[in-house]
Amino acid sequence: MVHLPLGKALNFAMQRAMRDDDRVVVLGEDVGTLGGVFRVTDGLSVEFGPNRVFDTPLAESGIVGTAIGLALRGYRPVCEIQFDGFVYPAFDQIVSQLAKMRARSRGRVSLPVVIRIPAGGGIGAVEHHSESNEAYFAHTAGLRVVSCATAQDGYRLLRAAIASDDPVIFFEPKRRYWDKGEVDLDASPASLDRALVLRKGRDCTLIAHGPTVKLALAAAEAANEDGVLVGVVDLRSISPLDVETLRRCVAETGRAVVVHEASTFLGIGAEVAAAVTEGCFFALKAPVLRVGAYNLPYPPAKVEEEFLPDVDRVLVAIDRSLNFGRTPAHA
Amino acid sequence: MSTTTDRPSAAGPAPLRVQDPELQGPIRLVDADGRLTRRGRERPVDVDKACWLYRDMVLSRFLDREAVALQRQGELALWLQSEGQEAAQVGSVHALAAQDHIFPSYREHAVGLVRGLSPAELLSQWRGVAHAGWDPFERRYHFYSLVLGTQTLHAAGYALGCKLDGEDAVTVVYFGDGAASQGDVNEAFNWAATMSLPILFICQNNQWAISTPTTKQFSTPIHTRAAGFGLRTWWVDGNDALAVHAVTSEAVETIRAGRGPALIEAETYRVGGHSTSDDPNRYRTDEELESWRRRDPIARLRVVLEGLGVAPPWFEEVEEDGRALAVRTRQECQALHAPDLADLFSEVYADPHPVLQERAAYEAFAAMVEGGV
Repeated sequence: MVHLPLGKALNFAMQRAMRDDDRVVVLGEDVGTLGGVFRVTDGLSVEFGPNRVFDTPLAESGIVGTAIGLALRGYRPVCEIQFDGFVYPAFDQIVSQLAKMRARSRGRVSLPVVIRIPAGGGIGAVEHHSESNEAYFAHTAGLRVVSCATAQDGYRLLRAAIASDDPVIFFEPKRRYWDKGEVDLDASPASLDRALVLRKGRDCTLIAHGPTVKLALAAAEAANEDGVLVGVVDLRSISPLDVETLRRCVAETGRAVVVHEASTFLGIGAEVAAAVTEGCFFALKAPVLRVGAYNLPYPPAKVEEEFLPDVDRVLVAIDRSLNFGRTPAHA
Repeated sequence: MSTTTDRPSAAGPAPLRVQDPELQGPIRLVDADGRLTRRGRERPVDVDKACWLYRDMVLSRFLDREAVALQRQGELALWLQSEGQEAAQVGSVHALAAQDHIFPSYREHAVGLVRGLSPAELLSQWRGVAHAGWDPFERRYHFYSLVLGTQTLHAAGYALGCKLDGEDAVTVVYFGDGAASQGDVNEAFNWAATMSLPILFICQNNQWAISTPTTKQFSTPIHTRAAGFGLRTWWVDGNDALAVHAVTSEAVETIRAGRGPALIEAETYRVGGHSTSDDPNRYRTDEELESWRRRDPIARLRVVLEGLGVAPPWFEEVEEDGRALAVRTRQECQALHAPDLADLFSEVYADPHPVLQERAAYEAFAAMVEGGV
């Protein structure tokens, strides 16, 4: 076991994958000599050289489009998109090309491409650097969408993503890059489509992913001090959703609150709420609630902490759930 | 920078250049009336090769016209006509080696035919039974791309892979004058030049992007723009099969020699509409169409071959083969049937995925409907 920040754990995951398989290549803006603006690819170009790690021209559609071509040629490209808000120039290549090639080919062509996206807010960044855009990709059949929360899990999930023969959009919570945790570098790759139950609950279940997993754990801890036993589930996979695990956990508590940084309107929380409601309607004691960002463009950094969900907003939602049908909310 | 270089050669004609100094226009070896130009007379015509070009152009025209007829009769939902562009397509693909990988746009039926695709494979997409009707690796001929220009980046990535593998293969990508306005195409030019990729871009400038003429598409010719990116470029009369073949051979040779990427702009004309749903009478004149019909690539090469002594029975034989291909096209088209929707669920993801449970739901529903609930 080693004590590592998330960013370094992801770095080790790519290093391990590149050592194990010489068809794994890394490409993106400033990923070579610089090691990426967050240093997640630090040292890879030194170890693997310019034929495995490419500093590309500054063009996101080109990064994904050429990754598709490399994958057609038998490579396993791992692309870095520098920031969440910069992925849109590549949107067509992702949703119309990458996602659909296997279906178009009736299963003859697989594209094992990973697109890493540092996502979410909380770092005081300028506009287009703090977005949570996972729902756009989760809506597209043909992609897998993964969101990691911790150093250990990030390491295992990224290795699984690179090993997958399907295209994977891999979200990394940039505000957690420096959060350290124990990492077992020999741990097997995680299952790419299973949620992780982090804490068993009795009264309510919090469902979170990526940056909000830490928040959900803090809220559960705070609720515990008031004698409310709250469980926490880390989605990990946003597409597909691990509906089975979600339903099992919610059925045990009868209440669920979904927490994510994206706006709640048509966010992943809406899909989770629908799936949970359909699967355990009679076990529910309250509607599934959602806590997320307001339905606004991401605001200037000085007010982002008010825009993003925090422990208090999660605790209020837990209260609303516990008191549903008894007293008016916020009474 | 200089993008083309004349290499002095002890034997053979001087390399073809971006611009024909004689005509101040695209490179042309045969004029519109079928006479060899000065540059055409400099190089001996390989009669066997020219006969192959002629034959494949005729065959692809028969296939194209039959497909239009099939669409008019409701057998195809749509067809994108290739008539008029046979020289640009057949002339270029014949200059490639078997190991070269081709990324077409969506109108390169003649290229596909030369690469060995069957009429059924070429028609399935337009009959609505598939999105891509063939295996892209078997004949090294990738799927059609309907979002314009996207394939140029796939080709750039594929070429990068070939370069990393040290394989002696050129990646060839076709696109049109309209697609040249897409960001992807310009990113691909830049990528190819920056990484010195073994890739050949072939732009079939057919003068029209649906109803938008090239004058509204760009103010600098595509070959000039590509040269600005650092590509070695050729500008060729795309209705002159011999010129297209010669230029493509030369371009491929320079790429194979490790001298970096290249682009050919072939000036040609889309004789039909953009598709069978299009009405070109709304935006172009009969005079324009007629002026291009007079430059027809098949008629032009026929004059050359007749001048070289190819006898009338051979031409009749080719026509006969064309008619047989049309019959086969119709038969194969009518034999194309829709896939089973249930089968599509397992073809989206390579690794296990819960969408397979939706397949079960679909099948249960279908059985219920079948059972007459």
